[in-house]
Amino acid sequence: MLNKIHDIEKLYEISNTIRQDIIIMLLEAGSGHSAGPLGMADVFTALYFNVINHAPENPNWPERDRVVLSNGHICPVMYATLARAGYFPVEELKTLRKLGTRLHGHPHNLALPGLENSSGPLGQGLSIACGMAYAAKMDNKNHHIFCLMSDGEHEEGQIWEAAMFAGKNKLHNLTGIVDRNNIQIDGFTEDIMPLEPLKEKYESFGWHVLEVDGHNIRHIIDACNEAKAIFEKPTLIVAHTIPGKDVSFMEFKYEWHGKPPNKEEAQKALEELRKLRTLGGKIISEHQ
Amino acid sequence: MINKEAKLDSNLFSNTAFKATRDGFGDGVVEAAKINKDVVLLCCDLTESTRSLAFKQAFPDRFIEVGVAEQDMAGIAAGLAFSGKIPFITSYAVFSPGRNWDQIRVSICYSEANVKIIGAHAGISVGPDGATHQALEDVSITRVLPNLTVVVPCDYYDAKKAAIEAAKFKGPFYMRFAREKTPIVTTQETPFKIGRAELFRHGKDVVIIANGPLVYQSLLAAEELEKEDINAVVINCHTVKPLDKETLLKYAQETGAVVTAEEHQINGALGGAIAELLVENYPVPMKRVGVRDRFGESGQPDELMKKFNIVKEDVIKAVKDVMAMKKSKK
Repeated sequence: MLNKIHDIEKLYEISNTIRQDIIIMLLEAGSGHSAGPLGMADVFTALYFNVINHAPENPNWPERDRVVLSNGHICPVMYATLARAGYFPVEELKTLRKLGTRLHGHPHNLALPGLENSSGPLGQGLSIACGMAYAAKMDNKNHHIFCLMSDGEHEEGQIWEAAMFAGKNKLHNLTGIVDRNNIQIDGFTEDIMPLEPLKEKYESFGWHVLEVDGHNIRHIIDACNEAKAIFEKPTLIVAHTIPGKDVSFMEFKYEWHGKPPNKEEAQKALEELRKLRTLGGKIISEHQ
Repeated sequence: MINKEAKLDSNLFSNTAFKATRDGFGDGVVEAAKINKDVVLLCCDLTESTRSLAFKQAFPDRFIEVGVAEQDMAGIAAGLAFSGKIPFITSYAVFSPGRNWDQIRVSICYSEANVKIIGAHAGISVGPDGATHQALEDVSITRVLPNLTVVVPCDYYDAKKAAIEAAKFKGPFYMRFAREKTPIVTTQETPFKIGRAELFRHGKDVVIIANGPLVYQSLLAAEELEKEDINAVVINCHTVKPLDKETLLKYAQETGAVVTAEEHQINGALGGAIAELLVENYPVPMKRVGVRDRFGESGQPDELMKKFNIVKEDVIKAVKDVMAMKKSKK
């Protein structure tokens, strides 16, 4: 089992490294999504380096916690996280979207160790996670199921079917995490199709709902631990994130939902990210 | 001449017994669950009519009611399968695989989830419910999906065996069943193997490749054609995908004329599959019996089968047409 990291500063270093990986991968690939993966780097770091029980050297370990990625288009952040956790060589990240790769444009469970499901077409992950949680309950297994979803994909009806099922069956071993970054391809979610009040919607479906700053790793970890402790209901964590987080010209811009940086943009993004490296709580340049 | 090794029902033409394929599924899935404790069954508010009730009563802890949510059911089943279960998902074929095709494509087939998709009330023989509920496209839309095996049982015993074998079979699997009671053609002893076409009748002039209730209609047709000195082979091609190419091509070569017959649109299902097989390997004159690219309507099952040209008489006509084509080709 992978050792858990409790040093928050160390976790921020990892999420910063993952963000740099994402930029490098997208530049290499020449296509893909930028904003979502950058926005979710802190959540992925918290999950894979502190919250979940998993064993990268034994990806199919039966007792592992499961992470189901429903909005498959943010897979660059998942790939970078899995590589940094030791599932496969970091160097392989540069094969993203290229012929012969295991890192497909949208994730394929059979292609790469560490992936629990295939996704891309939105709205399918929560049902899969429900099935896993139901099976674990049937078999009296103690592992936990996390399902990562986007906010925009909540326009798909299937998510609400699954939310009803989870509420009905009191799937306490299931935790949904919504990347609440307020953007989707065509614009802001509340303009395209209003989702609010999201918390109340889930609560009315029988879920326990928590809201966190999706960039505060301490709070993300605390929320996940609370979710595991809730024993009567499934839990939804609304992670408020900034799309394009830590790259100034991408932050909050829906235009960066579905495109990669070009060479100059990538260089600028990497410079900004490298400047944010923290050591001992102080933000310093890595090259200082 | 009937193939004795097929061990068909001896009362086939005289004192025919009737039973629905859905009952074969219902009995078969209970057997499968007795054999393997990982078998679970999911249902979308249609427990009685999909014949899932006996399973629910025998294995209440392994029965999962999903509500009217076929897309969710497909995804939940994938999650169960990834956790080692063998889920059978049951609904009407118009809803599953009709409504949840994308979930079947990505969450089940692409991901190789070991899910058994059960499409009940398939075919025009659903009758009075009308076109919305008559699945005539399900075989076409499932046959195009990689990794998915597609089976159309011909009668009660075929369906029962298919359900039992499906649980043993590893991989995504689609089976369609009908509501209406149809003639029992086979027996408990009739051979059944997923992926193998079964020879039900010997002949030399033409081969009729059928599945579902059209197997019986084809056997009846062959008996009548015998009087006119036309000897027809009849094959039960229950597995539409993967096709038993070897057997099918063998009889196409021996007879030089092919008729397909099914309770489905003629496009893309058994007829389409056989046409593709023949064109690429051994082109011979061929005719398809099936619903000809139109929606059904309300009516009694037997009235509809006649109106939509999927009964014995239509098979006979197709055989005569294809024989004429064969003759003119020579």
